[in-house]
Amino acid sequence: MGGILKLAYKLLVNDRAKFLTLLVGISFAVFLMIMMMSMFAGVLNRASATVINIGADIWVMDPSVQTVANTIGLPGYVLDATRSIPGVKFAVPLFSGGALVKLGNGTYQAVNVVGLDDTSLFGRPRMLEGSIQDIFAENSFIVLHDSEFHKFGDPKIGTTFELNDHRGKIVGIAETTSSSLFGVPTLYTTYYRAIQYIPNPRFTISYVLVEPKTPADIPLIKQQVKALGYLALTREEFQQRISDFYMYQTGIGMNILLMTGISFIVGLSISGQTFYTFILENLDKFGALKAIGTSSRVLIFMILFQASFTALTGYGLGVGLCTLSTTLAKMRLPDYASRITYPSLLLALVMVTIIAAFSSYIGVRKVLRIEPFDIFRG
Amino acid sequence: MPTVAIKAVGLTKGFGEGEARTVALRDVNLEMYFGEMVYVVGPSGSGKTTLLSVLSGILRPDTGTVLSEGVDLWSLKNDELAAFRLSKIGFVFQDYHLFPRLTTAENVAIPLILKRKNWDESLVEAAKYLDIVGLKGRADLPPVKLSGGEQQRVAIARAIVGQPDILIMDEPTASLDGDTGRSIVSFVKENILNQNRCILIVTHDSRIYEFASRILHMEDGRLTNEEKGKEDED
Repeated sequence: MGGILKLAYKLLVNDRAKFLTLLVGISFAVFLMIMMMSMFAGVLNRASATVINIGADIWVMDPSVQTVANTIGLPGYVLDATRSIPGVKFAVPLFSGGALVKLGNGTYQAVNVVGLDDTSLFGRPRMLEGSIQDIFAENSFIVLHDSEFHKFGDPKIGTTFELNDHRGKIVGIAETTSSSLFGVPTLYTTYYRAIQYIPNPRFTISYVLVEPKTPADIPLIKQQVKALGYLALTREEFQQRISDFYMYQTGIGMNILLMTGISFIVGLSISGQTFYTFILENLDKFGALKAIGTSSRVLIFMILFQASFTALTGYGLGVGLCTLSTTLAKMRLPDYASRITYPSLLLALVMVTIIAAFSSYIGVRKVLRIEPFDIFRG
Repeated sequence: MPTVAIKAVGLTKGFGEGEARTVALRDVNLEMYFGEMVYVVGPSGSGKTTLLSVLSGILRPDTGTVLSEGVDLWSLKNDELAAFRLSKIGFVFQDYHLFPRLTTAENVAIPLILKRKNWDESLVEAAKYLDIVGLKGRADLPPVKLSGGEQQRVAIARAIVGQPDILIMDEPTASLDGDTGRSIVSFVKENILNQNRCILIVTHDSRIYEFASRILHMEDGRLTNEEKGKEDED
């Protein structure tokens, strides 16, 4: 079949104008589909930034919590009760809340403040500058060097600010795995300092972070927490819950789905139509091949190969273009939220396969219908 | 005693239904032998192309049989029929039907490639046949760079590269001027026709009648007359 494949390849590729149109159509569709899904994945990733950065295995929360930002305070007994569950290695409180900071230049800047357990500093970030132990010093805060860092006035160690009339001082700069969705800088401090500096309702624990003794203990922990009237989620489950919220309850998911669908239709129509024109223009040649003695099976094989080759090449170009533009955008725009994920690549591949199948179908249908006798009749 | 290449018995073929029905072949019987160059001639609409298509296994007749080398063509399944055409019959179409995006050598190599022969070997073989038809050095050119006569020669090379027993040519001189047409048919007779090959030409170009072994006249779907070619008369 090697020679037949090469023949099909040459018939396709040597018609450069059509081949390029096909490639551009499919690449553009793949580019749009992956970009849409990547931007959405980027948004979802940022929505779970705190969960990713803290990295706890199990998060205990109020069952009404939908995103990491809209916390509902937990009473202190939840922490104690969680600590007493068999299978819990340790459990610590976490504070997460918003505040308004007055910077050195007199301007105000909204920030997200994360209060880490004073005794363990569980969920502490990796330091870029300064020492984590300095967090225990008076008025100390660590700032995350994320995409919002510059909004804090590009602080250095020693930079001071005001938070609810309390003095604050940057004692360290830490790196982050994921930037926040909400476009505000993130400060880390100790749990007790956080609840002192920021006005709070009666209950101050935003989440109880749990480390199980073994993964096998997780179901029991979840069950026991549920018995308390609260919700224990693994890190992945919490991220999924946040994703589900943005996907199904905000309209973002539907909009992205629509854009992805439109991209798919654009790709399908451009490549379908171009491939159909390609087949139509070569119909007499396919008829001649049939007359010479090419079986229907071989003709179908040739068309399938042509459609698959075009689709996969277009897919590769689309993915490459997407990667290039995402990389360039991230270099120029630190806030740019986009993540090319394997599921989005797979979904785009599935869609491209559908485009190839559709194009092949209309091509095969046309070619199988042509009678070699028509070639003699002209 | 010459061997029969194609034998047709009681062929009929019609198109359309009811009052719109046109009968293109009416009880056609003929025998063609290896070593012969047979012409089917007649006015437009006389059924020449239909006869050619039925004899070559492209168009199924309503009744009748076509035997070639002991095989009843129309008892074969579609894929078997395609395989038979590929191995036994070479076609030269009126409009050549060469692929403009392929080189002349690649065009000629198509039957070999369809027979699953290696690509490079097919091209080498194709180049040999281009030499035979007098197109040495044109292997890498696209067909559009060739004259009409040269394209016809490429089509002939493609038709014979698979060494078929039967060569079928549909109006081979229709797109050519008189001299080129005559030279093409003369070339075919001198270089392609041999004792193991039979050539069937459908034409209404009387300028090339002189090269025929036999001329079958068709009219209104019937073979009305048969005359021997000039050389055979001599």
